[in-house]
Amino acid sequence: MTELTYRQAINSALDAELAADKDVFLLGEDIGAGGGVFKVTDGLHAKYGSGRVFDTPISEQAIVGCALGAAMQGLRPVAEIMFSDFTAVCFDQIANQVAKYRYMTDGQVAVPLTIRMATGAGGGFGSQHSQSAEQWLLNVPGIKIVVPSTPSDAYWMLRSAIRDPNPVLYFEHKLLYGRKGEIAQLDQVPPLGTTGVGRNGRDLTILASQLMLFYALEAAKTLDDEGISAEVLDAKVLRPLDVSGIRDSVARTHRLLIVQEAPALGSWGSSVVAELVNGQHPPYPHQIKMLTGADTPIPYAAELEAAYLPSAARIVAASRSLVRPDA
Amino acid sequence: MTDHDSARMSSTGGTEGDETALLFTMCVIRDFEIEVQKLFAQGLVRATTHLYQGQEAVATGACSVLRPEDTMTCTYRGHGAVLAMGVSISRAFGELLGRAGGLCGGKGGSMHLTDTKSGAMGSNAIVGAHLPIANGLAFAARYRGSSAVSLCFFGDGATNIGAFHESLNLAGIWRLPVVFVCENNLYGEYSPVRSTTPIGRLADRAASYGMPGVQVDGNDVIAVREATANAVARARDGAGPTMIEAMTYRIVGHSRSDPGAYRPPGELAQWTERDPIAHSVRRLQAVGHSITTLDSIRADAARRVKDASQIARQWPAPGSDSLHRQVYV
Repeated sequence: MTELTYRQAINSALDAELAADKDVFLLGEDIGAGGGVFKVTDGLHAKYGSGRVFDTPISEQAIVGCALGAAMQGLRPVAEIMFSDFTAVCFDQIANQVAKYRYMTDGQVAVPLTIRMATGAGGGFGSQHSQSAEQWLLNVPGIKIVVPSTPSDAYWMLRSAIRDPNPVLYFEHKLLYGRKGEIAQLDQVPPLGTTGVGRNGRDLTILASQLMLFYALEAAKTLDDEGISAEVLDAKVLRPLDVSGIRDSVARTHRLLIVQEAPALGSWGSSVVAELVNGQHPPYPHQIKMLTGADTPIPYAAELEAAYLPSAARIVAASRSLVRPDA
Repeated sequence: MTDHDSARMSSTGGTEGDETALLFTMCVIRDFEIEVQKLFAQGLVRATTHLYQGQEAVATGACSVLRPEDTMTCTYRGHGAVLAMGVSISRAFGELLGRAGGLCGGKGGSMHLTDTKSGAMGSNAIVGAHLPIANGLAFAARYRGSSAVSLCFFGDGATNIGAFHESLNLAGIWRLPVVFVCENNLYGEYSPVRSTTPIGRLADRAASYGMPGVQVDGNDVIAVREATANAVARARDGAGPTMIEAMTYRIVGHSRSDPGAYRPPGELAQWTERDPIAHSVRRLQAVGHSITTLDSIRADAARRVKDASQIARQWPAPGSDSLHRQVYV
């Protein structure tokens, strides 16, 4: 068994795909000899050279557009956008170009590109470097959005994203880079998949991803001590959204707690709720609660950011109120 | 489709690059646009169209120097450039008419004409958005060791958008095989370029990005052809990108809702005098082509357009099952 950090897992996946396919190349700001601001591409420039791993100017539209044009010609670019917040400055390239090129041309091209980016709060990076920008792109058909949590998923889902014939936005939570985990030993690269199971339980289902997933797992241990058995699901793939695994789990537990960093309005958690209840008649028979980031920009000060984010303690409290409303 | 369903004359015996062949292509584009106006008036073309009358020499001259492996990207005023790549005229009409047989199966429309087999890699409805993509096409060529060149048309208005500057900078620093052709038709939508841009010569912007900036008479198809040939040769040789500014004029409004009331008196008449097709005809006559020969070229072009339109109008609409296809592979 191999144990790697989340950062090492991503680096190893890039290494594996660069080795496997000469059409794979990496581009982004400071990802070459510098190894990236989070050191995710460390060593790859030295190993594969400037022809395969290279720096760009600070020009996100140029980065994504270049990757798109190259992908249309059958190459498999992996672009890095340093922070997911910066998708705002190349939103047109992602939402209007990358996502729609295949559809608008009725399938004349495929766009097998991957865009990696660091996402998420909790590190004191302030309002413009901490958001979960994956929400912004949920409403755009044509792209896939993945949010791996464990090192093993980070490894296999990135390899899968690079091999996917569709554009995949791959979000890396910046507070998970140092987290260690076993990498599953698989014979071949699996498809991107859907919801994963963090642990099984009986009394409620907690659905979360990335940092919030680990908070949920921590909360589940505390809940065990209180005699509440929580099932924890890992929302790994946000688009396309397949809620079948969530629906099955909630059919057993009858209670769903969704935990996310982003505010509720227009978020993936709200989309899960909509999918679950849409068309249900009679009314949806199970309890649903969302525990989300505050409806504010993300503040800098440690105390304020902690107040913004859900925590393990808040997950425990929310779970308790779902399972034992009268206690 | 017929055997002669293209704005390229070669199938009827002309030589590409011969000015009679260029005249033929320009005439097909002109007649195509006039037919589009009619189809629009009949309610058969939806929403809006951005027509190319007056600018035919730019697309025709520039595309005429490309090889089959080269690529072209253009704007929503792109019918001319896409036709100049030799796509099926009937399938271009089919796309504007929203028919299943259209170039994009009716999913793209006027602003997204694309035929990758012809090297027409996309018409873009977002100003400047295809310049980064043109870089990517050029990058792919170089990555694969091909000598293919990426030709990219855009308007004067695009030189004020961020994507233009990011793209020329990247192409300059990586010396990508791209030829950027700015079609300066003096207006960004309804606004005169002098009111939106503080310099007179847009080609000067190329200097900031370490590439030559060449200004050319965009209503002279031979001048455009020569300037593009030089830039393409330079790109193929690995010497990097060039920006060409082709001075031209659209003799119609920005889109179907624009009567062009903002034009100063006399401007349109002055540019109509310099019509690229008339200019080409005069030059061909001067070198000995009879008016009968030139008239027959124009009549042949008109016939191809008419035939193509008639064929496309008979095609069915796309089936509703196509709605969900090609969102993902």
